[in-house]
Amino acid sequence: MIKISAKNVDVFYGKKQALFNINLDIEENQVTALIGPSGCGKSTFLRCLNRMNDVIDICKVQGEIVINDFNINDKGCDVVRLREKIGMVFQKPNPFPKTLYENISYGPTIHGMAQSKQEMDEIVETSLKKAALWEEVKDRLHEPGTGLSGGQQQRLCIARAISVQPEVILMDEPCSALDPIATAQIEELIDELKKEHTIIIVTHSMAQAARVSQRTGFFHLGELIEHGSTDKIFKNPDNTKTQDYITGRFG
Amino acid sequence: MLGFTSYYFGRKKAYTIQSTNKRLTALPQFYGYYLAIWCAIPAFIIYSLWAIFEPTIVKLLILSDYANQGYLDDELNLIYEKTKALSRGQFTGEVTSLIQTSSEKYLNLRSIAQSSKVVIVLCIIIASVAYAYKRISSNNRTREPVEKFFNAVLFTASLAAILTTVGIVFSLIFQTIDFFKVIPLFDFVFGTHWYPAKAFVRDSSEALDPTMYSDTFGAVPIFAGTFFIAFIAMCVAIPIGLMSGIYLAEYASYKVRQYAKPLIEILAGIPTVVYGFFAALTVGPFLKDIGTAMGLEVSAESALAAGGVMGIMIIPFISSLSDDVITSVPQSLRDGSYAMGATKSETIKKVIFPAALPGIVGSILLGVSRAIGETMIVVMASGLAANLTLNPLESTSTITAQIVVILIGDQAFGDPKTQAAFALGMSLFIVTLCLNIVALRVVKKYREKYE
Ligand SMILES: Nc1ncnc2c1ncn2[C@@H]1O[C@H](COP(=O)(O)OP(=O)(O)OP(=O)(O)O)[C@@H](O)[C@H]1O
Ligand SMILES: [Mg+2]
Repeated sequence: MIKISAKNVDVFYGKKQALFNINLDIEENQVTALIGPSGCGKSTFLRCLNRMNDVIDICKVQGEIVINDFNINDKGCDVVRLREKIGMVFQKPNPFPKTLYENISYGPTIHGMAQSKQEMDEIVETSLKKAALWEEVKDRLHEPGTGLSGGQQQRLCIARAISVQPEVILMDEPCSALDPIATAQIEELIDELKKEHTIIIVTHSMAQAARVSQRTGFFHLGELIEHGSTDKIFKNPDNTKTQDYITGRFG
Repeated sequence: MLGFTSYYFGRKKAYTIQSTNKRLTALPQFYGYYLAIWCAIPAFIIYSLWAIFEPTIVKLLILSDYANQGYLDDELNLIYEKTKALSRGQFTGEVTSLIQTSSEKYLNLRSIAQSSKVVIVLCIIIASVAYAYKRISSNNRTREPVEKFFNAVLFTASLAAILTTVGIVFSLIFQTIDFFKVIPLFDFVFGTHWYPAKAFVRDSSEALDPTMYSDTFGAVPIFAGTFFIAFIAMCVAIPIGLMSGIYLAEYASYKVRQYAKPLIEILAGIPTVVYGFFAALTVGPFLKDIGTAMGLEVSAESALAAGGVMGIMIIPFISSLSDDVITSVPQSLRDGSYAMGATKSETIKKVIFPAALPGIVGSILLGVSRAIGETMIVVMASGLAANLTLNPLESTSTITAQIVVILIGDQAFGDPKTQAAFALGMSLFIVTLCLNIVALRVVKKYREKYE
């Protein structure tokens, strides 16, 4: 089933066009990997999906992005609701300078999802459990989130993202600041999360894309060159550019 | 002048060395600086030494004529002064032949000294430049000595600043100790009457009678006044300053920010006297009119007027400092919050403000220490009578204003009244020092967190 469908998306930073006519469908409950050389517009595309480009003054998005039969670029779209449904994890772990508990309860509080302290405790616990962090931090919930290790911080950010039970989770190079062990933990986590969430992940690691994703899209210079099942893209791509990039001949 | 020429000289020499053969050990400029320093510094030192010792030596030479003639030191000094005055043509008294001759001798000596000074300094310049030039020719190191020289210059400058501070503190300490010898510390800190004017009436021939001052130098009213006015000022400055800081950092577009920030900072450039008469002549009477219209008794010089205007003065500090701290909160935190679906005001309230809080507290403390140290506005707008009151519509006085009152006009050193000013200055110094230390600590801690 198709969860998100981008149609003719163009993005401009001021006068400079960063994305050219992107058409891409994202399947529900699957992991979609976006790959491509640096500066090709992967992050820009990802940020279109939860309208994070609104934050950048000079950025303008054109085209349709349909999620649940609703075009999020419509005037009537409620950005707060949209971002509740579509969570995001960033390249660098960015926990708030608050306690672990407050980091997780931030989203649910904003969206009024817990009626009582007890409910909130539950949300915090399940989120941390889903993010495979609970065992490590259950005794220090009221210590600052910035005191964790990099890998723990990133899992905390994932827990923060899933605390509001989003339908989609966007991940922009979530492992680029982590060591192989933490990376493996996160990859395992992604595999687990795709049962309940649709995941889109940007990565520079071919191996990671091959390991975690079912579908892959290859960007180059602001264009979506090729997309399809990960197997096909990696074993038998249609486009020679894709072939070259995956085999490491450029980029 | 000579220094400049030798700079070019040295650099040129360096170029020629460069063109003739080997690599230089430093950039050509360093050779220039090296030569210039060698030209200027020894000459300058000799010149200053000369200037210091010349008068003494001349005096000795002249007075040597009168030695062994049974004059007292005072008389000798007098003769010397007369001689000097005569040679300058300013002598009005009777000219004795004695003084006439010694004055001629004086002029003579002076001119010899003058010319020999020029000759010697020139010789030294030539000698030291020649020395340095030779060292350059043999392509010695020049970078290290030049760097060392600049290091020494900068060190002397900072040493001067530090020594001045230490000197000020010491002069405060000694006078303060003297003051507390007459007035017990207890009376000063806990006394509730401050009438330094009482000390005016003392006949200076009378012996000091400490009991007379027992009810004169109680500092409670002025400490209370100081903190009260600072409190009013901060009530004005904190909300407005913070809000405008937040607006500038988070909401204002680039264009607005570009114009608004310098405009707000203009406020910081207005001399406090101007604020003072704004407070005394505009705000004070205005408050009084409003007050009377509402049936309240308002004195034209009120703590409210002074504090309010002082608050306006402090707004730019708080706004521009808190703007800086807020902008330095990493963008990734904002992104994280927006991505959770938080609105702008939620993000500011729950993420940015707490993250920036230590820095904001630091800026507020700096604002408070300015408020406590502010003088002109209080002197002009809040009056000089040290009332112990918490009614913002009455006039009160502050530490700084009282120091002004005490030290205006003729001063007798060693008088408790004058020393009271030092005691006040000392307390002020301690209070603001503590505030600044705390503020800097807090700000530093905040920096560490994000680096
Ligand atoms: N805030 C911005 N302002 C102006 N131009 C931007 C901005 N962000 C991105 N761009 C430009 O848009 C293009 C795409 O950038 P984007 O960040 O999407 O690349 P990316 O594929 O994520 O690269 P990387 O793999 O290095 O993260 C780049 O040419 C970049 O210079
Ligand atoms: Mg990117």
